[in-house]
Amino acid sequence: MIEIKELHKSYKMGANSLHVLKGLNFSIKEGELVAIMGSSGSGKSTLLNILGMLDEADTGDYTLDGVPIKNLNETKAAKYRNKFLGFIFQSFNLINYKSAMENVALPLYYQKVPRKQREEKALKYLTQVGLKEWAEHLPNELSGGQKQRVAIARAMAAEPKVLLADEPTGALDSKTSYEVMDLIQNINDQGNTILVVTHEEDIAQMCKRIVHLKDGVIVEDKKVEQVRAAQYVQ
Amino acid sequence: MFSRDNWKEIFETIQKNKLRTFLSGFTVALGILIFVVLFGFGNGLINTFDDFFSDDATNVFMVFTGRTTMPYKGYKANRTIEFDNSDIQDIEKNFPLFLEYISPRIIRQDTVAYKNESNSYSTWAVGPSHQFSQMTIMMKGRYLNVMDIENKTKNAVIGRLVEQDLFGAKNSIGKYIDVGGSSYKVIGVFQDDGGDREERNIFIPYTTQQLIEKNTDKVDAMVIGFKPSIGYAGAMAFEKSLDKFIREKKYINPQDQNGIFIRNVADQLKQNQQFARVLQIIVAFVAFGTIIAGIIGISNIMVFVVKERTKELGIRKALGATPKTVISTILLESVFITTISGFVGMLIGIAILGSMGEKLEDFFITNPYIDLPMAIFATIVLIIFGAIAGYVPARRAANIKPIVALRDE
Repeated sequence: MIEIKELHKSYKMGANSLHVLKGLNFSIKEGELVAIMGSSGSGKSTLLNILGMLDEADTGDYTLDGVPIKNLNETKAAKYRNKFLGFIFQSFNLINYKSAMENVALPLYYQKVPRKQREEKALKYLTQVGLKEWAEHLPNELSGGQKQRVAIARAMAAEPKVLLADEPTGALDSKTSYEVMDLIQNINDQGNTILVVTHEEDIAQMCKRIVHLKDGVIVEDKKVEQVRAAQYVQ
Repeated sequence: MFSRDNWKEIFETIQKNKLRTFLSGFTVALGILIFVVLFGFGNGLINTFDDFFSDDATNVFMVFTGRTTMPYKGYKANRTIEFDNSDIQDIEKNFPLFLEYISPRIIRQDTVAYKNESNSYSTWAVGPSHQFSQMTIMMKGRYLNVMDIENKTKNAVIGRLVEQDLFGAKNSIGKYIDVGGSSYKVIGVFQDDGGDREERNIFIPYTTQQLIEKNTDKVDAMVIGFKPSIGYAGAMAFEKSLDKFIREKKYINPQDQNGIFIRNVADQLKQNQQFARVLQIIVAFVAFGTIIAGIIGISNIMVFVVKERTKELGIRKALGATPKTVISTILLESVFITTISGFVGMLIGIAILGSMGEKLEDFFITNPYIDLPMAIFATIVLIIFGAIAGYVPARRAANIKPIVALRDE
């Protein structure tokens, strides 16, 4: 699903440049649940931004579902993002004047799906994350965990190839974190490919594979015995 | 770009951001409103100036006498200058090229009575040609004619309101009224656009008035009509040579400011019109200033709106909005708000002008109005500049990377 070869990225900081990613190689197959771990400054967010086409690599190849992601202009990147990727952010990034359902339906709006179908689909995914009753509520009427679940429903709504989660539990307490992870595991069980960036060991252990980044290189890439989050959730 | 879905998205955004919508709409509406009202007042000002002069002919000089303040050719200062009938004839003889008509004018205040009704009116002792200088319009009967002057008849032409005051609804023609102790026959009734005051005047033959005043040949003032064909420059030249002629005849120092006075209506009209034009230019300048202020206002709001929405736009881009969609959404929203509120402001402004009418006449503003094309033009200018003002920040917002926009807190 995802193929990365010799990926380099550096940022210019005034006179000197900061080499953040130093030639990364790895691939992710369909249906995997991968945690990318590393301390701050290890380059994990940069990697995620490149994978999410929110940022561009300096050199190296990136292939997503057989499509080479290269020399994209803004319009093309937007279309690929819409088609291939679903985003889950640490700070949820819901649009605060739109209801939960409208937020979930937004990626479909950009896919030019008719309004009625949009609403049906949005409701379907909200039901899947257990928030059917909250469809008409605004984000500020929801708890942090609920907001993140709306964000997950939104990421799912466009039926992307890959879900990218950037510290999805970073703003949540541990109980809510496990609820969110349980949801992510369930989605993964349905066959979706998910990438989770985190620095929390217990969250990483709930994935099926952990890629450890340090100073811009992969220091460890191992399969793990998945810890089910459901056991922490009543 | 104009699909129903798009509009729905825009309406929702507008509805859910009421303060923002109100602020930008209010700025635009207010700008257009002030523009329309100011511009209309400018036109009202011009109307007033036009009205001042439209009831009288403009190809007219009034010549008045005064007291000299300088000695000249053996005559002492402080001498009263008087005109008499010979002056009229001399001017007629000397300026045939310029002159269209000339009439003496002697104004007296008299008590005028008919049966039990009486009142005080101005009686104007004049010649037949005086009718042209005031553009007096006859409602019934006739004006004074040459025979009245020659025969020194006791005929009177009365104003519409004089007839109304003294005769009520009855016809006054052929009736006799008492003017300052003498009996006059009413031969005509006139109206005048100059207003109530002028319609309370009475015209009688100047020769009759002179006869009553101990058979004098003195004349208070002269009303001189010049040929319109001589133009403005010709009128100025005529005024100059007329002034010279009278000063020579009456032995008045050429430098003396007070011996005689010539009031040149055409010159005054021109000056006043110029004054009104300058005023209108100033008003228009201020009005366009408000439009520019409105444009700056809407630009500021747009910059603020885009800034405020940076994060939202980042989210939208992450979810698949292309730069084009982002720009068109912001632009359509801003054009929609400016168009609606611009035309609302315009209509309110026009309604305000319409309701003014004559209410501001005391402030020299009569029937203020604005041509519809002008108002629409100004509104469209504001809409276009509002769109440009929205486009610049919208493009910037559409081009920043979503990752940067998302980080914006």
